Amino acid sequence: MSGTLKNLTLKIWRQAGPSDAGRFDTHVIDEITDEASFLEMLDILNERLVESGEDAVVFDHDCREGICGTCSLMINGQAHGPERATATCQLHMRKFSSGDTIVIEPWRASAFPIVRDLMVDRSAFDRIVESGGFITAATGGAPDANLTPIPKPVADAAMDAAQCIGCGACVAACPNGAANLFTGAKVTHLNLLPQGQAERYQRVENMVETMDDHFGGPAPTTVSVRRPARRRSRSM
Amino acid sequence: MSMTLDRPTLDSKTPEGPLADKWDNFKANEKLVNPANKRKFKVIVVGTGLAGASAAATLAELGYQVDAFTFHDSPRRAHSIAAQGGINAAKNYRGDGDSVHRLFYDTIKGGDFRSRESNVHRLAQVSVNIIDQMVAQGVPFAREYGGMLDNRSFGGAQVSRTFYARGQTGQQLLLGAYQQLARQIGIGNVRLFNRTELVDVVNIDGRCAGIVVRDLMTGEVSSHSAHAVVLATGGYGNVFFLSTNAMACNVTAAWRAHRRGALFANPCYTQIHPTCIPQSDDFQSKLTLMSESLRNDGRVWVPTMAGDTRAPQDIPESDRDYYLERLYPSFGNLAPRDISSRAAKRAIDSGQGVGPKQNGVYLDFADAIGRLGRNVVAERYGNLFDMYERITGENPYETPMRIYPASHYTMGGLWVDYELMTTIPGLYAAGEANFSDHGANRLGASALMQGLADGYFVLPYTISNYLSQWLNKSIPDTSHPEFARVEAEARDRYHRLASIGGTRSPDYFHRELGKIIWDYCGMERTEAGLDKALSEIPALYEEFSKDLRVTGGEDGLNQTLEKAGRVEDFFELGMLMCRDALEREESCGGHFRAEHQTEDGEALRDDENFAHVSAWEWTGDATQPTLHKEPLAYEEVGFQTRSYK
Ligand SMILES: Cc1cc2nc3c(=O)[nH]c(=O)nc-3n(C[C@H](O)[C@H](O)[C@H](O)COP(=O)(O)OP(=O)(O)OC[C@H]3O[C@@H](n4cnc5c(N)ncnc54)[C@H](O)[C@@H]3O)c2cc1C
Ligand code: SF4
Ligand code: FES
Repeated sequence: MSGTLKNLTLKIWRQAGPSDAGRFDTHVIDEITDEASFLEMLDILNERLVESGEDAVVFDHDCREGICGTCSLMINGQAHGPERATATCQLHMRKFSSGDTIVIEPWRASAFPIVRDLMVDRSAFDRIVESGGFITAATGGAPDANLTPIPKPVADAAMDAAQCIGCGACVAACPNGAANLFTGAKVTHLNLLPQGQAERYQRVENMVETMDDHFGGPAPTTVSVRRPARRRSRSM
Repeated sequence: MSMTLDRPTLDSKTPEGPLADKWDNFKANEKLVNPANKRKFKVIVVGTGLAGASAAATLAELGYQVDAFTFHDSPRRAHSIAAQGGINAAKNYRGDGDSVHRLFYDTIKGGDFRSRESNVHRLAQVSVNIIDQMVAQGVPFAREYGGMLDNRSFGGAQVSRTFYARGQTGQQLLLGAYQQLARQIGIGNVRLFNRTELVDVVNIDGRCAGIVVRDLMTGEVSSHSAHAVVLATGGYGNVFFLSTNAMACNVTAAWRAHRRGALFANPCYTQIHPTCIPQSDDFQSKLTLMSESLRNDGRVWVPTMAGDTRAPQDIPESDRDYYLERLYPSFGNLAPRDISSRAAKRAIDSGQGVGPKQNGVYLDFADAIGRLGRNVVAERYGNLFDMYERITGENPYETPMRIYPASHYTMGGLWVDYELMTTIPGLYAAGEANFSDHGANRLGASALMQGLADGYFVLPYTISNYLSQWLNKSIPDTSHPEFARVEAEARDRYHRLASIGGTRSPDYFHRELGKIIWDYCGMERTEAGLDKALSEIPALYEEFSKDLRVTGGEDGLNQTLEKAGRVEDFFELGMLMCRDALEREESCGGHFRAEHQTEDGEALRDDENFAHVSAWEWTGDATQPTLHKEPLAYEEVGFQTRSYK
């Protein structure tokens, strides 16, 4: 089913380190199949670069199944590229046409400093979770799991929110670099569940405070405190 | 010399008493560390997947000082996140006859009588606590309308004991464990070293004294000492290059420990998962799993006639071979993984493969959609169907999925005793990194169970049995010259890899190595093939040593250099796998030696000669490892022929 082979022009952001100014490099790549994933295309590029003595393009990725949240590319100005609810690693080259020019950049947000080329540091997300994105339940001594029934609609809604993959696309896409969607998803997940009730207010205050320390905000934080965003997160 | 270890002994330290009482007997008799003394002990946990995150969080809760290491940017990225289908537990919420004993028995049988009975029984016992624990942490498992937890069935079981969170069970469990860990990091009980890779293990005076790591951001190599070290660094399925594992999964941590004296058990027991999306082109770098849960409702078939190129819709029932239902009527499409994978391979080898490369078999949902309606099918598997469509461009609601087996999981790993300690005192292995509880074949939904069992409910108990002897005694810190020596070796190694100056990338060698292992040490192995692999791998390794090209230098962030180190370790492991497969002159579980099969092509075990764990010792020469054997006995169940007919 291999369609036509594509020739593409890639404009890729290269930046030696956090303090380097950075620039776009242009690479022409040929013979890319429809079946190749976007990151396989970059693998091919990197293998060619290394074998011709140049430094590989640094980018973050791991599971390639749209679940680990590691991949993080701005593709033609869109976080994770053109396909709806699809992480970069799940994007396939059949979505592009031969002759296309593709601009590839890292997430750009003040809370996510660029490490090298297309790799950014998203540990500010971990700080938010560390400050309250959990239910305190020490190991051992938990009651039987069916002791507290959870109505299916509640469990489903919690699961909708819990599906956030922590990729940071929402921050990258937001003009203010806000992390409200990420934070709201975790708050919604935990605060909907009966097990999450005891800490619900403290959780939100702590997480929002940490969020405000690191990220920009599109709305007064008090709104988030009282009405945590209840959105359907990227479901993959 | 003080740095060397005594000759390894394989004492499994299985506790006394009847099988069902062993774990309680252990807990009743082990040495404890009192709560106030726990903070005097430092424990290093390498790996923050399910096993590592749960161990680190629990040890910290108990009061130990914990340093956790991961090469990922965040613990939440560990490969565990990708597990789809579910986690087993003997809750018997369905009332369908499940019990600790049945889960124990299914696991022993699934593993083809090649796992350690006492460990498996403990696993089945603690399985029930895992579900309680994860629900208390807020894992949003699937529920029924009445609010109770829902279950599904998985291969190799005739009860419904698998708990799940849509198609993202691993994600939700890992996020649960990560959140527990994050809490401990937030309150200062755990120090997290992210983007930091273990590159060696340091032994002093016959015990593990710490680790040497490389900071992946700066390239800096440094040492960390501790009272005990836990490796929870995952499996080595990426030795095949193409696998369902995440791209960065690798064997380095376990392999470096092996080279320092930890025996490596059953390396040839690898699991080839029957339901992956077939390879579509030669540049592919990763295969995607379609969860086994799909086999609950999907029917596997191929055209009866070889070379039938009709579209699946045009092939009438009479021209279809639903071979799993035909060959294994009582388990049907839910036959265990090793059996289903081999059956698919045979169909394809005999020319019945489907798809553009004729490298797949169909997994068909037409009946299920007819019976349950599209909505129910979408509710159960919607995200998997979407994923399939994104990758293949085909819509599985309309046309059957194409699937093919791929490397998925490794049952082999570091040898550990009942307490999860390797043959290096003070060095533990947990999760997929140990040779664990799955024998020669793992049942679906049992890896998540084992990882969390190890991390939450086993290690936190067993570790005090070792630590207690070090109370108020001084242990060497990183100023000990052995740390400096091992650090220097690590720097030399990365320097060597960075300066070979050849022409080929690490990926090139990885791909070539993977092909050899897949062809000769994959789903079907023969003596001739393994001999061939054992001459081809060293030759390719020789080429690697001369022709590798790593650009970017050795200082600072260099993903090409990271890859080179990992590929080098896969070379040595690959040799050991083939060696182990050659030595094991029988077929069992995922290890199928073509010479040893029954008349109808099933695995033929040899309990007389091979009812043992093969634990290999590093001798300094990758081609000459020394074999040690731990005999296996089954007090409770006795050896039985595994049949799913
Ligand atoms: C696609 C897929 C689906 C699966 N689905 C299921 C399922 O439905 N049910 C089931 O039971 N099992 C499933 N499995 C298997 C299961 O997911 C794994 O066996 C399990 O998650 C392994 O957990 P772990 O904690 O041992 O290791 P991992 O989750 O692999 O974690 C390894 C950790 O070690 C770290 N690490 C490794 N090496 C080093 C080093 N040298 N230095 C520093 N850190 C290091 C990594 O950063 C990571 O944190 C699936 C596997 C795959 C591939
Ligand atoms: S809310 Fe969505 S975009 Fe933001 S981190 Fe989560 S999954 Fe990514
Ligand atoms: S690589 Fe894991 S989500 Fe893309």
